[in-house]
Amino acid sequence: MTMKRHFDADLDDLRGRLLRMGSLCEEMVHYAVKVVVERDDGHLAAVEEWERQVNAMHIEIDDVCLRLLALRQPAAGDLRLIAAALKINSDLERVADQAVNVAETGVYLCREPQIKLGDIPRMVEVAAGMLKDALDAFARGDVELAREVIKRDDEEDRLKSQTFNELVHLMQRDASAIQRGMDIILIARNLERIADHATNIAEDVIFMALGKDIRHSAEKI
Amino acid sequence: MAEALVTSAAKVVMSVRGLRAGYGGASVLKSVNLDVREKTVTAIIGPSGCGKSTLIRCLNRMHEAVPGATCEGEILLGGRDALALDPVLLRREVGMVFQRPNPFPTMSIAQNAAAGLVLNGARDRAALAEAVEKSLRRAALWDEVKDKLDAPGASLSGGQQQRLCIARALAVEPRVLLLDEPCSALDPIATARIEELLLEIKDQLTVVIVTHNMQQAARVSEYTAFMLLGEMVEYGETRRLFTKPADKRTEDYITGRFG
Repeated sequence: MTMKRHFDADLDDLRGRLLRMGSLCEEMVHYAVKVVVERDDGHLAAVEEWERQVNAMHIEIDDVCLRLLALRQPAAGDLRLIAAALKINSDLERVADQAVNVAETGVYLCREPQIKLGDIPRMVEVAAGMLKDALDAFARGDVELAREVIKRDDEEDRLKSQTFNELVHLMQRDASAIQRGMDIILIARNLERIADHATNIAEDVIFMALGKDIRHSAEKI
Repeated sequence: MAEALVTSAAKVVMSVRGLRAGYGGASVLKSVNLDVREKTVTAIIGPSGCGKSTLIRCLNRMHEAVPGATCEGEILLGGRDALALDPVLLRREVGMVFQRPNPFPTMSIAQNAAAGLVLNGARDRAALAEAVEKSLRRAALWDEVKDKLDAPGASLSGGQQQRLCIARALAVEPRVLLLDEPCSALDPIATARIEELLLEIKDQLTVVIVTHNMQQAARVSEYTAFMLLGEMVEYGETRRLFTKPADKRTEDYITGRFG
């Protein structure tokens, strides 16, 4: 017979905190991208305010994990959940940083003449979708969805390379576009990093659920 | 991470096959298998009444001393049939330390440490003195008692008494040392000393420890066996069993969900 433990409430609380942090990160990415795509610099303040909240949560979640490790001495699935939570916490904090970078670069671009965005809108769609699904996979311990997220990272890498090439050509033809072109390249890089963090989260979900470490493995799925 | 339940190539010193045991018709062990690897610490965990103490009491034939006890199956010690050996000779090779420290109350510290040797016919005083010092050193007790070897064993603290019992067991140079919840009557400092001691001596002999304390099993053992209702549910490397147990019942037990 399986017994309900007080510890389960602690673990549910930890999961809840991470998901709240994750949903803030999703919002940050969403609004940071609006600055670039819709040329609306009014969203920067909200993105920066959320970053402060995410930073505070980053510290709180680490504290909760350390407390649970010290006081509960978890084993097996409990231990894997807490180990995964520590790593996902760091990945989310980095996602928030990338979102701020996108928004700040976007604010500069808003003041300049418009430039081609290459595959940025599609990159946003892929990265934001990966982040959302990685967090859903974490919430449900859904290994299949996590594997699906990992597969999509190649698409993001391909789009980034395509955007780089397109903008390099543009800058070669038009020197006045170099600064803006570099900025779009930086944004593509930030988005690709967000997809990498989503991939890390998905890998942690697989470790959490199955105890299987698939990082740096040729056989991802 | 290792997928196999037991991956080490270390030599098996005790092998248990299809062991059934019980008391007066009641079955306690239901066909248990276990390979104890040489010079390792193996922990046996499981809830009260699961048969873990009965299992180790079978390993040195203490179980059959209980009236009405039954024991059948196979226990091999270094390839020899342990159930066919003279129990006294078997216990010289397979020593045991119990839950409550039990130094012989009428004997001094030195006499306690030498008791097993004297029982086996040792008489040379110099050799005995040397063996006493050696076993007390191996049990990490020498420095605390070297100036009062003639004091009664029972005058020591609980933790010291338990180390004296370990010294007494080590003095006859067993191949295997069985410990049945050796720290359950000890405070955390005394417990930590015993755990350190186990980590020290495992280079020289094989240790099998029954414990209710899962963290203790995790700290001291290389292999862990989880028993439930007389069955061996899971046996494997401790580091795997505590991070990725293969059986849901093991997971429920080590995470405290077992009700």
